[in-house]
Amino acid sequence: MAGLMAGFGHYTHAVVRGIPASLAKEALRTSQAEVDLTRARTEHEAYVEVLRTRLGLGVVELPADESLPDCVFVEDAAVVCGETALITRPGAESRRRETEVMKEALKDLNLNIVEMTDENATLDGGDVLFTGREFFVGLSKRTNQRGAEILADAFKDYAVSTVPVLEGLHLKSFCSMGGPGLIIIGSSEPAQKALKIMQQMSDHRYDKLTVPDDIAANCVYMNLPNKGHVLLHCTAEEFPESVKVFEKLKDHMLIPVSNMEKVKVDGALTCCSVLISKNPNI
Amino acid sequence: MTTEAGSETEVKEKAEESAAQPDQSETAKPESQEVANVEGGEKEKGKEKEKEGKEGKGITRYLPTWFKKQKSQTSPTKEVPATEEPVSKGVEGEEEPAPEVNGHAEEVEEKEEVKSEEVKEATQPESDSNASADTEPAKEEKVEDATAKSPEKTKDTAVGEGAEEEKKKEPEGHVEAETDGGESQTSIFQSPLRLVRKNKMKVVVCHVTLLEGTDFTCEVEQKRAKGQYLFFKVCEHLNLLEKDYFGLTYKDNHDEKCWLDPTKEIKRQIRSNNWQFAFGVKFYPPDPSQLTEDITRYLLCLQLREDVASGRLPCSFVTHALLGSYTLQAELGDHEPDQPRPLDFISQLTFAPNQNKEMEEKILELHKSHRGMTPAQADLQFLENAKKLSMYGVDLHHAKDSEGVDIMLGVCANGLLVYKDRLRINRFAWPKILKISYKRNNFYIKIRPGETEQFESTVGFKLQNHRSAKRLWKVCVENHSFFRLNAPEPPTKARFLTLGSKFRYSGRTQAQTRLASSLIDRPAPSFERTSSKRISRSLDGAPVISITEAGSETAENGRDHRLELHSDSKAEEVDLSPADVEAIPSQQQSPGRAEPALSQDLDKTQDEVLKHQASISQLKRSFMEAPPPSPPQPNQWEKRLTSSPATIRVQQHQVVSVPQTEAASADNASSETKEPAKTTEVEIEETVVIQEVSRAPKPGVVTVTADPTAAPPAEHEPQDQKVKVEEEAALAEVEEVSPVKPEKASSDSESEEEAEYHPNVPASISQSQIPEEKEEEEQMKEEEEEQQQASAPVVPSLPAEVSQPAEETSQEEEEEESKKEEMEVEEKKDDQEEKESGRETEDSTDDPMVTPEEAPEGLMVPEESAEAGPTEDLEQPKMNGEASLVEVDPRPQVICCSEPPVVKTEMVTISDTFAAQKTEIATKEVPIVHTETKTITYEAAQLDGNSDGEPGVLMTAQTITSESLCTTTTTHITKTLKGGLSETRIEKRIVITGDCDIDHDQALAQAIKEAKEQHPDMSVTRVVVHKETELAEEED
Repeated sequence: MAGLMAGFGHYTHAVVRGIPASLAKEALRTSQAEVDLTRARTEHEAYVEVLRTRLGLGVVELPADESLPDCVFVEDAAVVCGETALITRPGAESRRRETEVMKEALKDLNLNIVEMTDENATLDGGDVLFTGREFFVGLSKRTNQRGAEILADAFKDYAVSTVPVLEGLHLKSFCSMGGPGLIIIGSSEPAQKALKIMQQMSDHRYDKLTVPDDIAANCVYMNLPNKGHVLLHCTAEEFPESVKVFEKLKDHMLIPVSNMEKVKVDGALTCCSVLISKNPNI
Repeated sequence: MTTEAGSETEVKEKAEESAAQPDQSETAKPESQEVANVEGGEKEKGKEKEKEGKEGKGITRYLPTWFKKQKSQTSPTKEVPATEEPVSKGVEGEEEPAPEVNGHAEEVEEKEEVKSEEVKEATQPESDSNASADTEPAKEEKVEDATAKSPEKTKDTAVGEGAEEEKKKEPEGHVEAETDGGESQTSIFQSPLRLVRKNKMKVVVCHVTLLEGTDFTCEVEQKRAKGQYLFFKVCEHLNLLEKDYFGLTYKDNHDEKCWLDPTKEIKRQIRSNNWQFAFGVKFYPPDPSQLTEDITRYLLCLQLREDVASGRLPCSFVTHALLGSYTLQAELGDHEPDQPRPLDFISQLTFAPNQNKEMEEKILELHKSHRGMTPAQADLQFLENAKKLSMYGVDLHHAKDSEGVDIMLGVCANGLLVYKDRLRINRFAWPKILKISYKRNNFYIKIRPGETEQFESTVGFKLQNHRSAKRLWKVCVENHSFFRLNAPEPPTKARFLTLGSKFRYSGRTQAQTRLASSLIDRPAPSFERTSSKRISRSLDGAPVISITEAGSETAENGRDHRLELHSDSKAEEVDLSPADVEAIPSQQQSPGRAEPALSQDLDKTQDEVLKHQASISQLKRSFMEAPPPSPPQPNQWEKRLTSSPATIRVQQHQVVSVPQTEAASADNASSETKEPAKTTEVEIEETVVIQEVSRAPKPGVVTVTADPTAAPPAEHEPQDQKVKVEEEAALAEVEEVSPVKPEKASSDSESEEEAEYHPNVPASISQSQIPEEKEEEEQMKEEEEEQQQASAPVVPSLPAEVSQPAEETSQEEEEEESKKEEMEVEEKKDDQEEKESGRETEDSTDDPMVTPEEAPEGLMVPEESAEAGPTEDLEQPKMNGEASLVEVDPRPQVICCSEPPVVKTEMVTISDTFAAQKTEIATKEVPIVHTETKTITYEAAQLDGNSDGEPGVLMTAQTITSESLCTTTTTHITKTLKGGLSETRIEKRIVITGDCDIDHDQALAQAIKEAKEQHPDMSVTRVVVHKETELAEEED
């Protein structure tokens, strides 16, 4: 029977978006790295292919928009939980219009759309960690208190706790879910501090999987029928030490996905898709 | 219990003969009775008993007023058969509060009902004033307290009666109930009640709104009926056994919803003549599937449906739809495809605050998918989803953070949540919280230091007003107790000088209620799931059921059997010992949050209260009038008021004279004079200290060996927190050069009242409470501290507080000894750190009558007597801690100013108590509780009357508070500049609270020694020792 908070990770659909050529030069980034557009697109195609072919999700691929260099990072444009989709108001001015196409796509998926119209609110989906039982929202350069409040209002069933993000772009720049009740966390001090806060704020207990590299802690977890626990994580090429940690997850189907180019513009694995659970039960 | 009936009559006679004894017995009995009621669940018995109890009260009326007073003051001692010990202990602990109540009741009884009410009110204000002396917020408290107090009193009596009855009826009853206390107590109690009834019994009709939206009416006795009575009637009507999760609410004068305290008189709580109540869920079970009966789940569902529909429990669109669909399934059964226009029907129901067509369609759609689900299954599914909602079971309170930002504090099963708007910005799990307190409109929690933190921190929040702060505090106490404790913590016995509320959760804990409900063996009761009130008018006309008391009796009978479950097997009982206690509490389940009761006030007789108040007001006045130099003083005051709320406060006044200035005694004197002003400060704080310690399971009886000396008592003590010794080391003033000033004597007289609940002490208690499980012991301590520095006259007032002992009904019928000693040591430049000396088992009563040495109680007496003498005497007593003493004593300067005034409240002499314990009071004599308060002042002989001297200019003042397990030390340092001489005065106030014996002499000696060591250049000018002791004797 369908119930609240059942089936964490049971995704059926994914929304992704292409990489515009403008990404190489214009995409926001915290470093000065040069992005190889071709390689980036190759990476992304591989990523989408995993979702579509290997995992069997219904993938909705949105066209890239050259005027939106960061549009490939669809995660920031919407937060979907259950049948509700919150269209965000990204913290970066240049990204605000990314939500337009996203909203239409989610509407087409019959999700209940909630829009963040408050001009004082900003929220990037990258700052939103949904654990299956509650939300943690990182208060970062891109996300403010008001944005978090609106998120809390959109998902009334769940506790929404705020976590200060002192370093890094987003909350999920150093953590993500690795399974029900399992938080993958980077080993940096800010990451560990954030984890402590999350643990204190939560009524639930979480296990943690600490990986040496903060960026490697950003993984995509799914729980799919016939496949069980699935984890998309970084490649050994990028973070060999962290991969060793992931390999200890014996119950997970581990799928290394390269992200070497997109990471240069602060794109992590979770950033490139919005996962949706169209629950047939409800 | 059957035996009790017989005993009751006997007891009555006895009571008449010796008022004091009866009182004690009474107090004890009520508690025990209550327990029995709960456990047995014999409704009938309870009813009968109640009647009896009323009659009994009548008897008390006839007793001379002084008798009554004494009673109230005296702390109940229960006679408990040895066999009963384990169980009884647990019971007693819970019962403790009852005795106090009894005392109150008696007071009331004294005067005619009408008058009594008035009197109560009057007394309340008085008490309040004491507490609040300074600030408005305090006033608020006072009012509440007053109200609360009165209700408690009456309720207790009623409860006690009921319990008695039950006991009688049920021979099986728990040993506890059967225990001595019950008999004598019952008799006493009953008599008064009976009289009342016969004479006049005004009946009032209560209207209780049930969860289904229907109205239940019930007649209750206007003056005496306690919340518990009404609650039981309602539960009976609902056929609800797992009632510990529920409670009754009423609207207070500010239209705020308050929980009706089952242990207090209804009339005292509602304050208006509006007898309107609502039945509801008080504690939301985190896992409803663990509830035993479907009917309980059904009622929980009804509550949640209302919560959801009203928006109190926010949820998403989908969740609204899902919950609504389960509601339909439970109330209507399978979806009927043939039903015409189902949407029209659904739209008549309220599922959500913002219900719309889309939602209704969704509900209908989901409803179809539930085909075949039974109502019980649908309810369970409803609950399984509702419980996951983040705000499930969270009780929100408006507050502001330290920066004045609006936040919400949410109290729930897991702890305290902090919200800003909808966001959770912090969370304090119960295990992380060491202490909960409130002061005025501030609410504080003391946080256990984290792994990397060295110090515990205190977080403060501002509530709208004192009332809301107290209400929040109460809710926290209750939720913590219910969800985290194995057994409720017995009310704080020990505090004598407390002005704050002694409030504790008195009901069953979740652990207890689960255990109890696991014993429910009745066939699942059939009940009708009427559509909840959400449904349109058609159902509104639900039948109103009115039950008169008589009718109720039968109903009770029915319940009784069920309730008996607890007592079914002895073995179970043992386990339950805590549970047994619980049983009682269950009745009390919903302690009224709204009305805070000041424990002290309750305890105190009216007279005492009045006196106390008067003294306080005097102090206040003097403070206000304080000369210009005083300006700094106010600051001090404020500091104190605001100071470390979380921490137990100890106020120390230290007067330190600059070495140079020492020569000038006059200066010192001046400084001293100032002190009084300081003393005037009255602080009210309520603090709950929670210690959660994982313990290995202990065998049934927990023995706490706190003090070797008090071996026998020790056993009891652990079980009962009741035995507490609070010692306050008063101030020793040491002036090196300058002789002690006479004024200081006056200052001595100034007594500071502090009620402290020290974790340590509680710890012992906790052990007793939760012997079985390793689980954390939580010590909840309430600290209510009033710092009152009163002139000599004040001192008497303090004793009044002693009456509190009554509160402590030792779970065991053991003797309760609560001792409080206040030793004030004023040192100049000497800090004395804590010292206590006090082990007294003296019964101090507020009563004017002072018998210097009645306190025959064991060891204490001799010591005290010795102390009374000059300082030398003090030393002598110190024999225990000889070395330390010697140092102090050497100084001839110390003079015992006043004979230690010993106030005896009780007619009965305690001398027996000790013997009684050993010899045991064979039959079942009324338990005797003795409380004694002694104040001893030692002053340096050389002191001049300088105190009168002009107050110097206050240069600096600081107050330092430190606390250890049993001791709280407050150091107050003032520097004054007078006539070119600067004087430093150090006043230390040391409060020692202990369950067991405390070697007062040793403590005093130690304190003085330390003071000297710390401030070698200063002299001790005055030492005031105030001891309060509650003594309860046990029967062997």
